[in-house]
Amino acid sequence: MTCSPAIETAGLCKSYGSTRAVRDLNLTVQPNRITAFLGLNGAGKSTTIKMLLGMIKPTAGSGTVLGRRIDNPADSVAIRRAVAFVSEDKRLYSYMTVEQIVRFTSGFFPGWRSDLAAALMRKYELPPGRKVRHLSKGMRTKLDLLLAVSRHPALLILDEPSEGLDPLGIEQLLETLVTECADGTTVFFSSHQIAEVERISDQVCVIHKGGLVMDASLDALRQSWRQVDIVFASIPDQADFQMVGVERIRTRGRQMSIVASRNVEAIVERARDFQASTVDVTLVGLREIFLQTVEEN
Amino acid sequence: MLIKLSTSAGQPLYLQLMQQIRHAIETGALRDGDQLPGIRTLAEELVVSPGTVAKAYSELEHEGALALHHGAGAFVCVNRRTRRFGDRVQAARERVDHLILRLRDEGLLDDEIRRLFEGGLLLPRVETVGKR
Repeated sequence: MTCSPAIETAGLCKSYGSTRAVRDLNLTVQPNRITAFLGLNGAGKSTTIKMLLGMIKPTAGSGTVLGRRIDNPADSVAIRRAVAFVSEDKRLYSYMTVEQIVRFTSGFFPGWRSDLAAALMRKYELPPGRKVRHLSKGMRTKLDLLLAVSRHPALLILDEPSEGLDPLGIEQLLETLVTECADGTTVFFSSHQIAEVERISDQVCVIHKGGLVMDASLDALRQSWRQVDIVFASIPDQADFQMVGVERIRTRGRQMSIVASRNVEAIVERARDFQASTVDVTLVGLREIFLQTVEEN
Repeated sequence: MLIKLSTSAGQPLYLQLMQQIRHAIETGALRDGDQLPGIRTLAEELVVSPGTVAKAYSELEHEGALALHHGAGAFVCVNRRTRRFGDRVQAARERVDHLILRLRDEGLLDDEIRRLFEGGLLLPRVETVGKR
């Protein structure tokens, strides 16, 4: 397995007038994995993706996609050839039928997998004879996805792919992403849907106000992030619990609630040193971690 | 083999998968020489990253519970080591049952006992860096 990153940015910035949409972003996406790009609306997800694809120019900083520089026009063409992109605003030829656009697109890509395209057409229940302009939003997304994966791209980038899909559609989308990854495609998708991110991602990057605030493997999150609820006879100072791994402390009456990314054993130990009457360790999910990370920053 | 992974459990998905395969071997649901689905097939079925399945399979191979043949798939190996592991689990189960009975005798409610067990298990054994 190759180890050079599929995507790498250094100090990437994009400003629109006085608005700084992306600021000093250092992002690394490893190949052959599924990486989620999580953030609130307006956090800078789409702007970042557009810069990666050479659709807009960075104000400052640099980046590479599959080893090619995003600010170099010649490289940018090569990037767009090797990377498939599924976006919110679909730029499909609306006067063509589903069948026509599939045939039309296949002509541009030598590695086109027509068996996969046919299988997905059935799976997604896309009507071959219907004009693209008469498709529902969910159907357009599925068609866009079909066109993207049938190219068998080295890297598949999706911007909020589950927007406008019903639960069955989301399930089919996730299945398709998993299959693509198994076939050797690196998957990078932006989302604000925690549940889908939690299921299929290997890695989650959180962007907030244009900067990266978290980059963690889901395995590590599940294994080491914990909430520790402590009841004291007399409450100690919060400063006594500012330890390695402590992400947040809240105090109410005699209770203290700590969220920790690691070092839970030492925190429990410290609580006992302060004569805690009860210490409860509970799980903390990606939803809480995400909300807390964006609130903090 | 029926596998159900929980995204809300405090355990990486690959570890859950390993445990459920081990459990299926202990209970006899999987026998020596049985073939497991390929990485791609199982990842599609469970809708999890193929990396999750690959990691579970390779760790189980390391333990000696699975043999991976390139291209042909994964095969269950019931050997002395896995059998011994099954015996250990059986012995542990008896001790846990005994402890639960005693705690009940001492007046603890099942919910409290469950919380104590779960809380105890959530203490990490190995430190893993989670953020930044």
